Amino acid sequence: MRDDSTPGSSSRRDKLRAWLDQARFFTEEVYSARYRGAIARARRDEDDLFMLLVFSEMMGLENPAGYYTLELQPLLLERFHDWHQRMGMEHSPLDHFRCC
Amino acid sequence: MSAIVLLVVGLAAMALGYFVYSKFIAEKIYQLDPDFKTPAHEFEDGIDYVPTNRFVLWGHHFTSVAGAAPIVGPAIAVIWGWAPAFLWVVFGTIFFAGIHDFGAIWASVRNKAKSVGALTGDVVGKRARSIFMIVIFLVLLMVNAVFAVVIAGLMMNFSSAVVPVWGAIIVALIIGQLIYRRVLSLPLVSIIGVAALYVLIGIGPSVPIQMPAEVAGMSGNAVWILILFGYAAIASLLPVWMLLQPRDYINGLQLFIGLLILYGALVLLNPTLVAPAFNSDVPAGTPSLIPLLFVTIACGAISGFHGLVSSGTTSKQLNKETDARFVGYFGAVGEGMLALAAILAATAGFATLGDWQAMYSAFGQGGVNAFVEGGAFIIHNGLGLPEVTAATLLTVMAALFAGTTMDTGLRLQRYIFQEWGDIYNQQWMKKPAIATGLAVGSCLLLAFGAGGADGSGGLIIWPLFGTTNQLLAGLTLLVITVMLVRLKRPMWYTLAPLCFLLVMTILALLIQLRTFWNQGNMFLLVLDIVVLIAAIMVAMECAAALKRSRAEMAAQHD
Repeated sequence: MRDDSTPGSSSRRDKLRAWLDQARFFTEEVYSARYRGAIARARRDEDDLFMLLVFSEMMGLENPAGYYTLELQPLLLERFHDWHQRMGMEHSPLDHFRCC
Repeated sequence: MSAIVLLVVGLAAMALGYFVYSKFIAEKIYQLDPDFKTPAHEFEDGIDYVPTNRFVLWGHHFTSVAGAAPIVGPAIAVIWGWAPAFLWVVFGTIFFAGIHDFGAIWASVRNKAKSVGALTGDVVGKRARSIFMIVIFLVLLMVNAVFAVVIAGLMMNFSSAVVPVWGAIIVALIIGQLIYRRVLSLPLVSIIGVAALYVLIGIGPSVPIQMPAEVAGMSGNAVWILILFGYAAIASLLPVWMLLQPRDYINGLQLFIGLLILYGALVLLNPTLVAPAFNSDVPAGTPSLIPLLFVTIACGAISGFHGLVSSGTTSKQLNKETDARFVGYFGAVGEGMLALAAILAATAGFATLGDWQAMYSAFGQGGVNAFVEGGAFIIHNGLGLPEVTAATLLTVMAALFAGTTMDTGLRLQRYIFQEWGDIYNQQWMKKPAIATGLAVGSCLLLAFGAGGADGSGGLIIWPLFGTTNQLLAGLTLLVITVMLVRLKRPMWYTLAPLCFLLVMTILALLIQLRTFWNQGNMFLLVLDIVVLIAAIMVAMECAAALKRSRAEMAAQHD
């Protein structure tokens, strides 16, 4: 009896899980479909600026994007935090860019 | 007559339109091909061109095109009685809007997902494209000025809605952060967002906020309009993920819930239509039904604005060409259902004919207020919800839709100024803040220039919005018709609505021209002349393009 019910309930659970996954997929798609392009472009702009920063630093050029980095700070904060932790530094190495 | 009869007849007719007429159009006229490689696949880039599930795309398309206009237009037009508005909404949806929206997607998909503006340039000619740009700018200008007045009016008349309407912005900002930072999953955030919105709607009536009748020498209405433009300017400059995206999403959910509540209450209550079918006792100064009805109800019957969305973003995400029927035609049916709800609320939501006549005491009266008051009456008596809460719910629904349309409208207007800056090499005009300032400035000029110190210029030009918007629809139908002629397919299914629209629009403009002249209203007179010239040019372009295409076809045949 118990052996019979277990596969039945697990398949029901699987079905429910699959249905919930489908529901999540649909809500996320509905949410992002309208603004997918705008957000992808904003992200690309952000990445472009990041590349500019990195390359200008690497080549020892005066940073032309310095002015804009202030508005990037909140967007980069989480990424910066992940980065310094990955680099083995427990806290932010920069005095003026404290994230933790 | 029972309102349920009207509801059932309306919904059944639109269902028939979708299942029968749109199937015929899809198979015989547009000849959709399931194997055609759509631009979403051809140019897939993960940014603009993304093959999207048709249900998701329908959601995107419908929430993009649904604004406050399918509520405002029908709720004003019932002044001529419920029958003309009902017939125009039902037949307009089936034979005009469905074909137009569906056709705009098809035409764009068959032309590398180009926008209808670019298509006009390619298919009809460069002159037509120039008219198109002017018409788009005028439509955006009017939308922003009109919706500011509509929301300000709601804030003044329904003080209980002030907290939920502004609170919804804070809710959207918070859920935007929750989703962006991936703090919670989207379904959970959606539930929290909607719950928060409804809590605010519940709180609203207990903390009404009334703007003083006069602030610094200005009327309360004018102050609200200034605040709204200030807000829209900031909102249009913020990144889309921060406010616009979560706000639109929550609005979409609220629209579905609001419609379900209204239709459910209507079925439970079974109210009688107190308004006459044809109102022979219209207030003094009401223009004639023909042609003004056809420009007063634009969204909900046919709207040129939809062509911009259809060919702008929807066509770039269409997975299969055959999905165009569901997304485009059924999107128009969704709008028709919203317009039908507005008609029912504004005609069956009053206890007596006297109450209804008091609301519709002059042309332009009623409108969204009639929708809110009538709808609240139905919800209160049908579902037992307190009337003030029901009114707050509907006010929030209308105001949020008008608000998001304003955000997007102002953003689009800013893009036009920036594009002009690009074309004429004016660096200063390309700066977002300056372009936004110009967009807001032009809207304020219209609101306060035409409306005086009250800032209600937007509502005065509402009939002009209809004509301008219908011109836009005419241009889109023209593009589709020329394409059909070149493909040697029957063109009457798009040419007949096009001719009807152009005749009604030009007639309406001529009648308004005489009215403005008699009133000595030079501002509206000039605006009317600009639109009239554009309308006549569209008609001439239409005739020339069709003649040219037919001649080309005949030459090929020989």
